[in-house]
Amino acid sequence: MELLCPAGNLASLKAALNAGADAVYLGLKDDTNARSFAGLNFSAVQLAQATKLAQSQGRKVFLTLNTFPKPGEEHRWYQAVDLAAQLEMDALIVADLSLLDYAHQHYPHLPLHLSVQASATNLGALSFYQQAFNIERAVLPRVLSIKQVRDLAKVSPVELEVFAFGSLCIMAEGRCHLSSYVTGQSPNTGGSCSPANHVRWQDSGSDKLTRLNNVLIDKSEANQQLGYPVVCKGRYVAEYDHDAKYLLESPTSLNTLSLLPELAQAGIKSLKIEGRQRSPAYVSQVTHVWRSAIDTYLASPESFCEQPQWSQALAKVSEGQITTLGAYERQWQ
Amino acid sequence: MKISLAPISYCWSKSDVEHFYQQVALSNIDTVYLGETVCSRRRELKFNDYLELAKMLKSHGKHVVLSTMALIEAQSELNELKRAIDNGDFSIEANDMAAVHYAHQAKVPFVCGPTINNYNRTSLNLLHQKGMYRFVMPCELSQQWLNTVINQGDKPAFEIEVLGHGYLPLAHSARCFTAKHYQLPKDKCQTICQRHSKGLLAQTQESQPLLRLNGIQTQSAAQVNLINQIPQMIDMGIDYWRISPNKLTDVAMGSELAHVLAQITEDPINSKALITKQFNDNKQASIINHHCNGYWLGLPGMDYSLEPNSPAR
Repeated sequence: MELLCPAGNLASLKAALNAGADAVYLGLKDDTNARSFAGLNFSAVQLAQATKLAQSQGRKVFLTLNTFPKPGEEHRWYQAVDLAAQLEMDALIVADLSLLDYAHQHYPHLPLHLSVQASATNLGALSFYQQAFNIERAVLPRVLSIKQVRDLAKVSPVELEVFAFGSLCIMAEGRCHLSSYVTGQSPNTGGSCSPANHVRWQDSGSDKLTRLNNVLIDKSEANQQLGYPVVCKGRYVAEYDHDAKYLLESPTSLNTLSLLPELAQAGIKSLKIEGRQRSPAYVSQVTHVWRSAIDTYLASPESFCEQPQWSQALAKVSEGQITTLGAYERQWQ
Repeated sequence: MKISLAPISYCWSKSDVEHFYQQVALSNIDTVYLGETVCSRRRELKFNDYLELAKMLKSHGKHVVLSTMALIEAQSELNELKRAIDNGDFSIEANDMAAVHYAHQAKVPFVCGPTINNYNRTSLNLLHQKGMYRFVMPCELSQQWLNTVINQGDKPAFEIEVLGHGYLPLAHSARCFTAKHYQLPKDKCQTICQRHSKGLLAQTQESQPLLRLNGIQTQSAAQVNLINQIPQMIDMGIDYWRISPNKLTDVAMGSELAHVLAQITEDPINSKALITKQFNDNKQASIINHHCNGYWLGLPGMDYSLEPNSPAR
């Protein structure tokens, strides 16, 4: 079972490798990936360094190309594929049909991982991508229950990767337009959800306000902690109601430590840690915990139990310091 | 350009649905998409009921397309999908790649609905090779995007449809937000979403309408309204102007538009000028009713702007 960790820069990459990641995923410094934030990601030169560093330690390195090429600018995405092939990276993480096709036609030996942004949640969709582009692996959207993951793993024509830890998208990824509805930019088109230049934090009397392109996402008392304003984690007032509530989801993070045995038994190939936008300290902390959890499980699967210090360490770096099993747990749905 | 009617995205009673499509049958609307696209727990109408409606509409001269689910998670949902594809009579609207896969296998022509991620011409051409004869533009894309796609290379070999009126389908989740609101578990939801015939409105703490919760689907609080853009859309060569209905009077609106569009074909120059004038009156109504057209103009989707590049908010 692979531990796949995020790297937003070289420092995070080193942190992930030092803490025991089997593989890392990273993106270029532009909108070819959905974490296109200022100061984040890798230039072509840094990408070469990163690849060399990871591979010299026997680890794998994947290039995230999970946005959708814009008409008239397709060449930028194709060039990124060429670069990854040239550097002999271990896989591409891709969502767009044209890009999958390009990579499959030009570099049939470069493994393709279907990005979560392609939103493939069932056998039919996985079969489509496998037959059309010979994908090796698919990343499952965070919309399936653990039973559905298990059922799908039994019949899947490709390896499966799931999100194990990190920020929680509650929508079928790659098909969520909430960010662009409010800001004009979505992960698919602009390379990020809730772009930072639209975020505003305000004090209003004793209240703290968070706004996204002027839309009030949440309001709380000064001593309460507010999450980063994404539309799905705001507090709103429902029709026929008076109180503001988290109508979709509260600011929480995904943590599947307790599901580790079930994911392993289901035959999940890779556990993904979310957070290319997070600090090297986060990457180090989370990777350490998951490395020891996976090793503990593999050493003695029958006697595995979640250790309190793991959860305590993860809670410290979780959004709102609260974690959930999300859609894996039917009750959450 | 013709008028099409998107599938009803809400949970309405069987009698309401039947009454609705009886009105559609008598309207000038050209093409009708039919079926449950949001949640497989909604069983007011079964597949055979939809098939009966499809046949009835066909007998009134409508072009009928059977719409399929946007988020497919369980094997039972895949089985239902295959059943729709194998109906033997009508083409289907694929809203998940699984539908593309099985329709291609069965050699059933299909429309790609708005939840298939078509973001460039090469992807569209590729799906055309798999059997796509029309696509509905994903709702976050713009006129400029579509212009570029249309003019890249040869004239597209597939038809183009754009959502012109209705609430925007913004996202789908595993979680049912309506059930959550009523503190019901999803597996015992009592299809409580039936209480909200156009979704449950969610406003910000400053009373700004933001979203509509429709079961597992999240819609925009504002209705997109591209009536003023119709002359330009005709010039671009868009084939279908889609209405996503939320009430019976949407059928009358669609019927009236279809009537006007038919006149344009007969007398293009004069009709377009007339229509432009008529549609100008629509602007005022749009501002009052909190409509939006931002996506089409390359702005945040929720914006409503009278002219390109001059947000009215």
